[in-house]
Amino acid sequence: MAIAPHRIIYLIFPSIIILAGLFVQNSYYLQVLTFIGINTLLALGLNLLMGYAGQISLGHAAFYGIGAYTTAVLTVHYGLSPWAALPCALAVSALVALIVGFPTLKLTGYYLGMGTLGFGMIVHIVFREWSDLTGGASGFIGIPPLDLGPISFSSGRNYFYLVWAIVMMCLVVSNRLINSRVGRALRSIHDSEIAAGAMGINTMSLKIRVFVLSAVFSALAGFLYAHFVMFISPGSFDFLVSIRIVTMVVIGGMASIWGALFGATLLTLLPEWLHAFSEFEMVVYGLILMVVMILLPQGLTRGVLDIYEKSKTRNR
Amino acid sequence: MQEILQYVVSGLTIGAIYAVIAVGFSMLFNSTELINFAQGEFVMLGAMGLVTLWGVFHIPLVLALLLTVAGVSVIGFLFERLAIRTVRNPHPIVLIIITVGASIFFRGLSMLIWGKDAYSLPPFTDTPPLDVFGAKLLSQSIWILCISLVLVAGLYFFYKKTLTGKAMQACAINKKAACLTGIPAERMVLLAFILSAAMGAVAGVIISPITMCSYDMGTMLGLKGFCAAMLGGLGSLWGSLIGGFLLGVLESLGVGLFTSGVKDAIAFIILLLILYFRPGGIISAKSVRRF
Repeated sequence: MAIAPHRIIYLIFPSIIILAGLFVQNSYYLQVLTFIGINTLLALGLNLLMGYAGQISLGHAAFYGIGAYTTAVLTVHYGLSPWAALPCALAVSALVALIVGFPTLKLTGYYLGMGTLGFGMIVHIVFREWSDLTGGASGFIGIPPLDLGPISFSSGRNYFYLVWAIVMMCLVVSNRLINSRVGRALRSIHDSEIAAGAMGINTMSLKIRVFVLSAVFSALAGFLYAHFVMFISPGSFDFLVSIRIVTMVVIGGMASIWGALFGATLLTLLPEWLHAFSEFEMVVYGLILMVVMILLPQGLTRGVLDIYEKSKTRNR
Repeated sequence: MQEILQYVVSGLTIGAIYAVIAVGFSMLFNSTELINFAQGEFVMLGAMGLVTLWGVFHIPLVLALLLTVAGVSVIGFLFERLAIRTVRNPHPIVLIIITVGASIFFRGLSMLIWGKDAYSLPPFTDTPPLDVFGAKLLSQSIWILCISLVLVAGLYFFYKKTLTGKAMQACAINKKAACLTGIPAERMVLLAFILSAAMGAVAGVIISPITMCSYDMGTMLGLKGFCAAMLGGLGSLWGSLIGGFLLGVLESLGVGLFTSGVKDAIAFIILLLILYFRPGGIISAKSVRRF
């Protein structure tokens, strides 16, 4: 059976994951790799919205948090199984995205940025102030670990496989979506919403659909985060987290599926690598954001590719 | 009744600060169509600058005020030159991320300089609080109200009466046409940046005696200032002033009549409502966003 060359990545990628799972023994490394997976989901979701549809969101941590808090509340307060809480978490996030998306996505440019930022702030305040339900500022403890029949995901390795299997699925879904008719329509919105509308694309409905999809991706990441760390607090879903997700997308390269993976990997590893980074974290984030946007507005992957292609044509 | 009056008075104080920040947003938006997400950090830098110069080094107050505002203006100048002017692709999404990046950068930098501690300053003068129909008006509040009103009035005359002000306004209305009449539009944009950074710094120095100053105070103030600017109509001086006072009073009443937890939410709910239903602000009848 012949496999198209561009599909080979679908074989290579799972192999790398399986090998990584087999050979990485250190539980700390496994934990970092799991966080990379969770962050990749977040970046992937926002990339669909920002990179492809060209709609900025400075409040995506809200959906991440909604996913995490919904599953936490349902499993702890109501004793639901996590697997029953998962669809609820995704549905709540999708519903909120739908309700917020309708008025918000009518805005463009700066107003959209401010609108999503305001939404993110309000959700963060709700997490912090609704202490009967969310535990308030001190956080939410006692979220149960995941298990599936005899397989327990409380061990680092199993959770690593679970997260990356889901990441793989989401990568495939995004890739299929982007290369479909809908994906082309999305990119046409990015270039010019008016032109897209003139070509018969229902831009508003498409923008809302991709907003909801990206909220669902974020909620999925939130679900995985909550059951991995088993403790969540409002600080994990504040404005800076939203910015971090934006940074991942921007660094990795907007409008690039693999760029999301790259950006998430880089920004998860960077603070881990530089030990004294915690003090400098904000300065470095700010600088990276500014410099990349000034020099390579298309992001690192796209920007480097562009430079490479330019030098190739010049040599000819 | 007494309580409500007290809430209104303290709301007006904080509202005056929102108004000054909002004026900074509006000025910049007029000249460049840009919303500077780092505006709040200029407020923070102003407050921290005064904490350092007046609180730590005991430089005389007036000199410390002038030095702080001048210093932050220089930062605004550098910011425009280094980060905004160099952008090759001035798409809003790119500029949003750059200004957000700048805001995080400034915040991180001041965390390195001043640490995570919060500082406080004494009021500018030691006069006893004024009694307004039973409500207490602190001496610092009088300073804040006076300075902000004088500032906005001064800016109004700057725009209406001076040649530079008129040139800036011309750039705001139509940049190309302004260039054709010989106005150096680029320099006007730079001036707008410097002035708006100075506005932020002024808001920072006047708020520093009535709040705890720390590296992360700017974000919330900047966002509230933006809410105020949107409320009054972005780009309008008097709109920003009214929006600021309105937001301050609403917030103060909200805290007094409900709980303090909802304080920050009020501004953002107002922001979303304005964005959804009346993007031109409550003052403007049409969607005109000019002076």
